[in-house]
Amino acid sequence: MLYSDKVMDHFEHPRNVGSLPDANAVGQVGNPKCGDIMKMYLNIDDNGVITDVKFQTFGCGSAIATSSMATEMIKGKTIQQAMELTNAAVAEALDGLPGYKMHCSVLAEEAIKAALADYYRRRGEEVPENLRLPCDDEEHGCCSCGA
Amino acid sequence: MSRFIYADHAGTTALSRAALEAMAPYLTERYGNPSSLYRFGQEAKSDLEQARSDVAACIGAKPEELFFTSGGTEADNWALKGVLEWMALKGKPTGHIITSAIEHHAILHTAQHLEKQGYDVTYLPVDELGRVSPAEVEAAIRPDTLLISIMAANNEIGTIQPVAEIGAVARKHKVLFHTDAVQAVGHIPVDVEAWNVDLLSLSAHKFQGPKGVGALYVRKPLRLPPLIHGGGQEKGRRSGTENVAGVVGMAAALKEAAAQLETEGARLSALRDRLIDGLTRLPYSRLTGDPANRLPGTASFVFEGVEGEALLLHLDSRGICASSGSACSSASLDPSHVLLAIGLPHAIAHGSLRLSLGADNTDADVDAILAAVPEVVAYLREMSPVWDAAEQKPTWVVE
Repeated sequence: MLYSDKVMDHFEHPRNVGSLPDANAVGQVGNPKCGDIMKMYLNIDDNGVITDVKFQTFGCGSAIATSSMATEMIKGKTIQQAMELTNAAVAEALDGLPGYKMHCSVLAEEAIKAALADYYRRRGEEVPENLRLPCDDEEHGCCSCGA
Repeated sequence: MSRFIYADHAGTTALSRAALEAMAPYLTERYGNPSSLYRFGQEAKSDLEQARSDVAACIGAKPEELFFTSGGTEADNWALKGVLEWMALKGKPTGHIITSAIEHHAILHTAQHLEKQGYDVTYLPVDELGRVSPAEVEAAIRPDTLLISIMAANNEIGTIQPVAEIGAVARKHKVLFHTDAVQAVGHIPVDVEAWNVDLLSLSAHKFQGPKGVGALYVRKPLRLPPLIHGGGQEKGRRSGTENVAGVVGMAAALKEAAAQLETEGARLSALRDRLIDGLTRLPYSRLTGDPANRLPGTASFVFEGVEGEALLLHLDSRGICASSGSACSSASLDPSHVLLAIGLPHAIAHGSLRLSLGADNTDADVDAILAAVPEVVAYLREMSPVWDAAEQKPTWVVE
């Protein structure tokens, strides 16, 4: 099989799909050209805890599964904890991804970072260095697939 | 109630009962080596030659013009490399090849390999329906053109090429013409005389023969140097102990397919047209390939705002086997070269679906596909950030 049972479970029954109309942090990464776009909506309370999270994804099976897993991994966590979530941890939680699909997990990590960066921007605060994405400054094709 | 609907016949097909029954004796008691002198071997030889005559007859060729290979890929490799080696032996060590942008990788990657060896290759573009223009083939011919290789029918979008017209152009300019007819043989009428082809590749598993066997037709008096050297089988042109069971199975399958070409072609075209009619009704969906000149069983689409691999996996979980030219169904990050060549933007090409019907498919299968695909497309669009659910249209503006 191409994917682990866990990937298939999250692909077929994705958790936290949808949008949050009152989200106070929204981030989108990816590019239609590459066939992967992830959008994350977060509700972050005054204590810096992520109380709710939803995602929308246009992409392949592993893109949907990594989005779903990533939302589960940050729900109820603090901004600090979410910031430290790595793509490798998401992939590991899914019992691994095929090598050429690892960029999907990178996209999930970056979608969360983009949403957290949006949170700081909305508050008029400086975006921490480790939330800056390589493609923040310019449209250079694909955020996470090496283009 | 686990339904299983196989709609990927352009990928491969099930072995027909006729082929299986024809093969069985050669996998058991008739295992003789056709190269052996004793009768047990010579009987196998005789059956092999009967199969050669049968396959040749189905494509309008003479038996002595047909060489068995391990499949379509070997036949394509041999056609290109063999013609160029033959030309080199005749004093033309370099030159020009014409092919198209939508060939199978067995041709494209071979052509790219030959480019590295110093040959010049023209990859002709196709129009939005995936057709190669015979006039453009003619315009591309140069004094040093050694070979034209254009597929008979495309595997992804089902477009049937104007092979006879291209053959006439090649003949007029005295340039050798090869066609990769892997998707055509057993599905549409194929005649090497009417088509004016000098070389033609075919593969058994596309018409309910076994995997691992195919053939290359080579018009006399052209004598291709071998690609595979060894014990001198196939008149020294293709060494290796003959795959007797495979060849006999291929012949049985092709005879059956040829006998049913019209009736089965009409039946599949009707099923295919139901798929096309039903699925192009979805908003922001379109047929890919030529609506008129297309393989009887092949229906191919793109759905905006949906990614092809996700679509395939959901169809799979509903028991439907289909295929996509999506980037994510392969290790490359680009969508299929065929979908890009017909002018689809990347974003849309990612949402491709190919349904290819065959002998086992029925109206009930088409009903089930027509119920499942719209549901899955709607579900995936619902979770897609590039689909406007209120407006029922994609949020992107495609260039």
